[in-house]
Amino acid sequence: MFRYYAKLGLLSIRRNPVLSALMVAAIATGIGACMTIVNIDYVMSGNPIPHRSELLYHVQLDSWDPYEAAEEPNEPPDQLTYIDGKALLEAGKARRQVLSYRTGRVIQPEDDAQLPFQVSSLSTTADFFQMFDTPFLYGSGWDKSDDDGMAYVVVLSRAISEQLFADEDPVGRNVVMNGDTYRVTGVLDTWQPTPKFYDVSNDSFGEIEEVFFPFSISIAKEVDSYGNTNCWKPTGETGWQAFINSECVWMQLWVELHGDEEREEYKAFLNAYVESQKAAGRFPRPMNNRLYDVMQWMQNREVVEDDVQVLLGLAVLFLLVCLLNTIGLLLAKIMRRSGDIGLRRALGASRRAIFSQYIVEAGLIGIAGGIAGIGMTMLGLQGIKLLYGEFEFVERLVRLDWVMIATAIVLAVISALGAALYPTWRACGIHPASQLKSL
Amino acid sequence: MLSMKNVSKIYRTESIETHALREFSFSVNEGDFISVTGPSGSGKTTFLNIAGLLEEFSNGVYELDGQNVTNLSDAQRSRLRNEKIGFIFQSFNLIPELDVFDNVDVPLRYRGFKAAERRKRIERVIDMIGLGSRAHHLPSQLSGGQQQRVAIARALAGEPRFLLADEPTGNLDSQMAESVMQLLEEINRAGTTIIMVTHEKNLAKRARRNIFMHDGRVGSNEPGLHLAAASA
Repeated sequence: MFRYYAKLGLLSIRRNPVLSALMVAAIATGIGACMTIVNIDYVMSGNPIPHRSELLYHVQLDSWDPYEAAEEPNEPPDQLTYIDGKALLEAGKARRQVLSYRTGRVIQPEDDAQLPFQVSSLSTTADFFQMFDTPFLYGSGWDKSDDDGMAYVVVLSRAISEQLFADEDPVGRNVVMNGDTYRVTGVLDTWQPTPKFYDVSNDSFGEIEEVFFPFSISIAKEVDSYGNTNCWKPTGETGWQAFINSECVWMQLWVELHGDEEREEYKAFLNAYVESQKAAGRFPRPMNNRLYDVMQWMQNREVVEDDVQVLLGLAVLFLLVCLLNTIGLLLAKIMRRSGDIGLRRALGASRRAIFSQYIVEAGLIGIAGGIAGIGMTMLGLQGIKLLYGEFEFVERLVRLDWVMIATAIVLAVISALGAALYPTWRACGIHPASQLKSL
Repeated sequence: MLSMKNVSKIYRTESIETHALREFSFSVNEGDFISVTGPSGSGKTTFLNIAGLLEEFSNGVYELDGQNVTNLSDAQRSRLRNEKIGFIFQSFNLIPELDVFDNVDVPLRYRGFKAAERRKRIERVIDMIGLGSRAHHLPSQLSGGQQQRVAIARALAGEPRFLLADEPTGNLDSQMAESVMQLLEEINRAGTTIIMVTHEKNLAKRARRNIFMHDGRVGSNEPGLHLAAASA
């Protein structure tokens, strides 16, 4: 019977094109508004590294002010001091560990005709590439021996590689940055985790860095941090040594741990480390170490702004208003067909058959509303792009993938079916005898 | 095969009670052709609606084909209506966006017949009413008489035991009315029981039995032209 009801539904839609178009428009508008925000929320709150997110942990130690938490109510700072980062890295208690901070370098192209230009950079350790499963177009990352041996090695983003070497494989070739010559070990393929989970302290939705080079080199070369730096007490003396020995937090440590046992062991290690530091007169606050996996860390950092959640609530309310309109239109349409319903009842249709017929018709309207709603969503996303296009990350938030397209259709159909419940129930209650004379 | 005993139907509003049928008793035998006449408001249509299971009654007993219909569920009443009763209405009541074939198909769909069986039945009844060549015409492309013939075909496609006709010629000119009446007589001769509500005395007389209703009751129950002619 489903095909029969679908055929009747299509006939009914053709019979009342204006009313049907209004219903489709009401659903499409609601779905468009809702899905625009849902899509942004979906992209912002998605898992940027789903196959490894439960193995990667962000490390926090509470080295902060004894009289005031780094963040209320009792959050430890979101980054580490150099002293702690280096100590934990050198202890090597996790399977892999990445210590990094954001900085900038100036590249001097081989061609003298080209002017030097600045690139965003990440000072990091060898495990970065394997831990975060970065895709390589050419070559690979560097080794731990390069970290230890302070080798001048570099991994380039695809865009920078193309800028410097066009389509050639640059592995083994040199790049001069701030007067030092680095050997290219690899070129990343297109890679843009969203959110940029490994550094949400600086820019959750920013583009990945253009150049990656060893942490050991950046410390030796006294390369300043371009990221957030927070201090709870003065560094005392000025200069690089004073800064790296201070209680300022400015770098992130990620570790790779497999299973509960490794996690518990690493926590115990962190506790022991903090105890030893307390004994040395540091860490005046009570023990407050944190190990968050990727998604926990995104949640903790509230990567998805509260504003988006509020907008999402408003969008759902707007969808409800559109559905109320749809209920009214559907009710008008069904009541106009009272005679048809009465006749079908006289010819043997049960209430259930009438219910099914009109629910299927509502489903068809929902599908049409969903398809039109995808168009409205695209319009909405383009509108956001027009309004906020100056922010680079917006480009990545306004993509509509297949999951969202399917979600729009499913949401539209469910909405239409929900809106159809009352009118259809009324249709089932139509008394056949009262309609047949009026036909 | 259709029996009503002391059936009453009372319409109630907040302030008024209207007795549409008052202890109405009536029975129909297999193969009957009964005309029901009476002034407006005498309860003819209410009787037809109750007989056709389109309306529930307030009191009494109604047995259709030996089955007491008093406490049947909506689904049971719908199935019984679909299997045993065919309706013919004054205004034809065809669905305008469906062609002749699909209009006749409507009750068969609810019966759950397979496509081949439905097609066979539809083609048979459309040929019987002489509209085989117009199976894919819309109702608006047919004359009033042809539309009523399609309605009769629709009523007959499910091979019902009863045909309930409410003023079947009321919207037709005399020539078309005669043609429809002849078709109904032919159907009755083939064995289908017909109950026809009409205002027209000439048509009423052509039934085997004529029921005159007055004030929700049977005023008189007389043989029609057929029986009167036979007894003379």
